[in-house]
Amino acid sequence: MDNNQKGGTVTRKINKTIVYIVCICLAVLSILPFWIMFVNATRSTTEIQSGLSLIPSTHMMSNLRVLLEKSFDPIQGFMNSFIISASATLLTVYFSSLAAYGLVTYSWKLRGAFFTFILCVMMIPAQASAIGFYQFMYKIHWTNSFLPLILPAIAAPAVVFFMRQYLLATLSIEIVEAARVDGSGEFKTFNRIILPLMVPAVATQAIFAFVGNWNNLFMPMILLTQKEKYTMPIMVSLLRGDIYKTEFGSIYMGLALTALPLFVVYFLLSRYIIAGVALGGVKE
Amino acid sequence: MRRKGVNYSRFGYIFTFPFVLAFLIFSLYPILYTAFIGFTDLQGLIPKPLHILDNPFQNFKDLLFDNPSFRKSLINTGLLWIVNFVPQIVLALLLTAWFTNQRLKIKGQGIFKVLLYMPNIITAGTIAVLFSTLFAYPMSPVNSFFEMMGWSDAPINFLQDKTIARGIVAFIQFWMWYGNTMIILIAGVMGINPALFESAAIDGANGIQTFFRITLPSLRTILLFTLITSMVGGLTMFDIPQLFLAGGPDDSTLTTSMFIYGQAFKGSYLYNRAAAASMIMFVISAVLSAFVFYLMRDRDAAKLKKIEKMHRKSAKSNQGGVTHGQ
Repeated sequence: MDNNQKGGTVTRKINKTIVYIVCICLAVLSILPFWIMFVNATRSTTEIQSGLSLIPSTHMMSNLRVLLEKSFDPIQGFMNSFIISASATLLTVYFSSLAAYGLVTYSWKLRGAFFTFILCVMMIPAQASAIGFYQFMYKIHWTNSFLPLILPAIAAPAVVFFMRQYLLATLSIEIVEAARVDGSGEFKTFNRIILPLMVPAVATQAIFAFVGNWNNLFMPMILLTQKEKYTMPIMVSLLRGDIYKTEFGSIYMGLALTALPLFVVYFLLSRYIIAGVALGGVKE
Repeated sequence: MRRKGVNYSRFGYIFTFPFVLAFLIFSLYPILYTAFIGFTDLQGLIPKPLHILDNPFQNFKDLLFDNPSFRKSLINTGLLWIVNFVPQIVLALLLTAWFTNQRLKIKGQGIFKVLLYMPNIITAGTIAVLFSTLFAYPMSPVNSFFEMMGWSDAPINFLQDKTIARGIVAFIQFWMWYGNTMIILIAGVMGINPALFESAAIDGANGIQTFFRITLPSLRTILLFTLITSMVGGLTMFDIPQLFLAGGPDDSTLTTSMFIYGQAFKGSYLYNRAAAASMIMFVISAVLSAFVFYLMRDRDAAKLKKIEKMHRKSAKSNQGGVTHGQ
């Protein structure tokens, strides 16, 4: 018996060692490309060409200067991306919560049908309608406008689905009825009582919606042709162009600048992001 | 006093109205419009009235039978998805098994999760350009590394090789998404009734047995959810192949979304052909989703039965444990 247990702990120790080795390797694999990116952003082109290094150098400012000289305007791109992502996130979160609340609280004839409809809409890839969408926006002169990138966010089926699952698990109808007895209108009840109750779910979905909109490339690339309207991902695509062909240092600098805000946000919020994904998973 | 359900049901319609309106304007109408354009001769930069072709299915026919580039893009999309999804789900399952194993008690789990999930947060475009720079020819970090290790004496032009280029795209996709899949699966495991694991432990099941007999069967629904989202995502793969090598070398990393983008927006303005290609892509994703949905339906019914059983069991053993229903 004793012997057996000892054997068990030995195998467990070996197993554990294997697990740690694999996990550390994967963690290094996650960090290394970004580390090389940040290091190379501080190295001169000749240094980069002379070989791999993991220690930062001193050419950060000169790389930045070369980058900015050639029509790369990270501040403008940052602002554009921020305006689009923040507005789209607000619309997504508010109207999805509203629709989910409508689905959960009221019994109406088309309720079941609407839920099925949302499940179906979730499966439609955005690119499938891109040509018609572009032609439509072209006709009403909305190309080079942020509106077609923001307004469609009102209909986010996956978020409605998530919010519905969350409300089903947490909302008790007594709260709504108590508010009614106190004379609160339906919209007021939603805005003042229900929305604050939904904060955990809202925060999770807001983070995802923000990152998703921030990273979107396909639609902005189709709709935005004026340089002043470019978003961060479009600016990244410029780094692939000929103007930076031999300026490796400034290419890495450009990449670092587009990734940096997301890194900062991620490490500040990583705990909530991971927990949020977990919450999302459980409710599926 | 007013009663619930008499006066209030109209709010169901009012509260879901913005969603429906936005969907009709920004999704349904564009899809129908796209489908319609697929039957017309709409081309060129200057808008003109739509004219349906004499043979309405000409665009579709041309694409499917006379356009090797389109066929190649479909094959590439499928190939890139399979090559990244299989290792992704295997590694995610393995990590899930380790991280949720009560007896292993991995330390620093939080840090590992944060780090493994990190690539998923950064803009795909940034990652694609980063990798193309890492593998560049003749000078790049990977080439220097190869020389340092003595694996090669002359710089290798990795990105000229079709297989390597495809492999790297699939790898980036895998690298960006396995952390995400892992975290969803871990969440799924945490949603499984702990009583199941306890009884398995009492019955003397080891880690591997517990994983295959209890964890995996309970995860079916979530595995299917992962499958669907990954499939729809895979079908619309765009950022990474577009910015990595713009489809090259020799169209070996050209995906369907890139084909559509290239036909309509890169100077050729072949809107009709791009629209027809979009519709083919739409039909494929609808068929695949319907198929997976069908599978999910069956499993849900089975799951309901299981939950009922569990309820009865827990009632019997007088534990009253919480079961996670839908």
